[in-house]
Amino acid sequence: MSSIFTKKNTVIALIVLAFVIPFVLQNQYYLHVLTLACIWSIAVYGLNLLAGFTGYLSLAHAGFFAIGAYSLGLLTVKAELSFWLAFLVAPIITMIIGTFVGIIALRTKEHFFAIYTLCVGYIIYLIIDKWDSLTGGVRGLIGIPSPANIGPISFDTPLSQYYFVLVVTLLCILMVYRIVHSLTGRTFIAIRNSEELALSLGISTAKNKLLSFVLSTFFAGVAGALYGSFIRFIGPEISYTTIMFDFLTYLIVGGIGTLSGPIVGTFLIVLLSQNLQFLQDYRMLIFGPLLTLLIIFSPRGIVGFVLTKYHQHQRKTSAVLKDARAKEG
Amino acid sequence: MRVLKLNSVTVNYGKYSAVRQIDIEVSEGEIVVLLGANGAGKTTTFKTISGLLKPTGGTVNFEGAPINGKSPDRIVQAGIVQCAEDRKLFPQMSVQQNLMMGGYIHRSKKTQLKESLKEVYELFPILYDKRDESARLLSGGQQQMLAIGRALMAKPKLMLLDEPSIGLAPLVVEQMFTSIQHINKDGTTILLAEQNANAALSIADKGYVFENGRIVIEGTSEELFSNDEIRKAYIGA
Repeated sequence: MSSIFTKKNTVIALIVLAFVIPFVLQNQYYLHVLTLACIWSIAVYGLNLLAGFTGYLSLAHAGFFAIGAYSLGLLTVKAELSFWLAFLVAPIITMIIGTFVGIIALRTKEHFFAIYTLCVGYIIYLIIDKWDSLTGGVRGLIGIPSPANIGPISFDTPLSQYYFVLVVTLLCILMVYRIVHSLTGRTFIAIRNSEELALSLGISTAKNKLLSFVLSTFFAGVAGALYGSFIRFIGPEISYTTIMFDFLTYLIVGGIGTLSGPIVGTFLIVLLSQNLQFLQDYRMLIFGPLLTLLIIFSPRGIVGFVLTKYHQHQRKTSAVLKDARAKEG
Repeated sequence: MRVLKLNSVTVNYGKYSAVRQIDIEVSEGEIVVLLGANGAGKTTTFKTISGLLKPTGGTVNFEGAPINGKSPDRIVQAGIVQCAEDRKLFPQMSVQQNLMMGGYIHRSKKTQLKESLKEVYELFPILYDKRDESARLLSGGQQQMLAIGRALMAKPKLMLLDEPSIGLAPLVVEQMFTSIQHINKDGTTILLAEQNANAALSIADKGYVFENGRIVIEGTSEELFSNDEIRKAYIGA
């Protein structure tokens, strides 16, 4: 039985489920929520690369998300660039700004890094909010186009948009998977473990930390650009700290430093908060204590908890097998 | 040929001097040992050589060129690799992945890395048996082997070994020092920090004795072995 539930089969089953779920649900509102959850999870994957795998908790992530969204918005609405070109350029702009911020921010460490990036995030918010002539200020940016047609494929229905976002999400997850399992990914983990040890192995920690930072802004930029084209209206509040702490909550609940944590956490909380909407802001009375308990009893989130239990189980069975073999022999 | 020369090196932590005006010379092919109690300045000296700390005064020369002020990764590329104290490993990686991290500076030379991996496995066959296991499941002695093996993957000209015998059973210590001798015979110069003077001096060519951040005695292994003070303080005979 257990052979059916291999990692590969589970992943394939989940992907198939993601593709057929719109036909099962038949509910436009849920489709909208699922699409949004996909977009958020891309941003959370970016945050995970830096905070989870490299050990640098950046609190400017919502800022970079907004830079991605506003880049797409400004390029399409004000510069009248074609959608696909803007969609390509938006993450690049985010990465360029990310590089400059990273060079300065990474001179600090630990809580100083978190505080510094929190300030950067707030500055990004202020710039978007106050630079009226460029960003439209509090009025926001209206009329961002949906993805343009590719040949016969159009993206003007919620269903087609869901599929478009889903494909991009899967590509992003694949990218993160490849990064984490490459030498680059292990270099990030080495830095998280001990920067001094990484240095003494000849790893240029400065270069690799910057790489991780810029990659994380790339995913924030992609998520932002998708958000802009999906919602088609953006305001300065998308760069606000509440969004930042939403990202962080998704990551911590799902499992910081795990591969499936971002998607598990994001979907779980987004769907849960949709179902608890009748409670309005009192939802936080439930989330707050739950989050506290989770951090105390499973600092690596739900995925971390499951993985630990799974490894314990494996070790036990292999020990039992060894004993049995020893008795036979 | 002289490989490493520390010239009147001083290192401060704030106002406190951890090492003061020390001179050390290491020639090619030698095993040189730094003896001293905890806090005498051995680890500080190592960190200064490997670039993790910057000296407040004096110079560090490697193969005739100054290296103080260079970044640690440049120093590793130049050929000095430190095998960190406390057997620091990457616990979430497998044994082989740990070793591959050690070959980081040669990451583009795939065949050389394979060759190095083979050499490490020949030196420590137990690591080959456990290559896919998580590094956190290794015993103390195996962890030390992995730490040394990982440092060897960088193909160092000079290897800095910080207390490799600490916390290991006497029999394992003996094996460890035989392996160190083996590495040395294969052409790696070794600078060793130890409290276990007996084992260290038996394989070393010469030694320096640290006390409170200063070198108080230096000499060949024979000279240090026959020195009464050292026998009393470090060998206990």
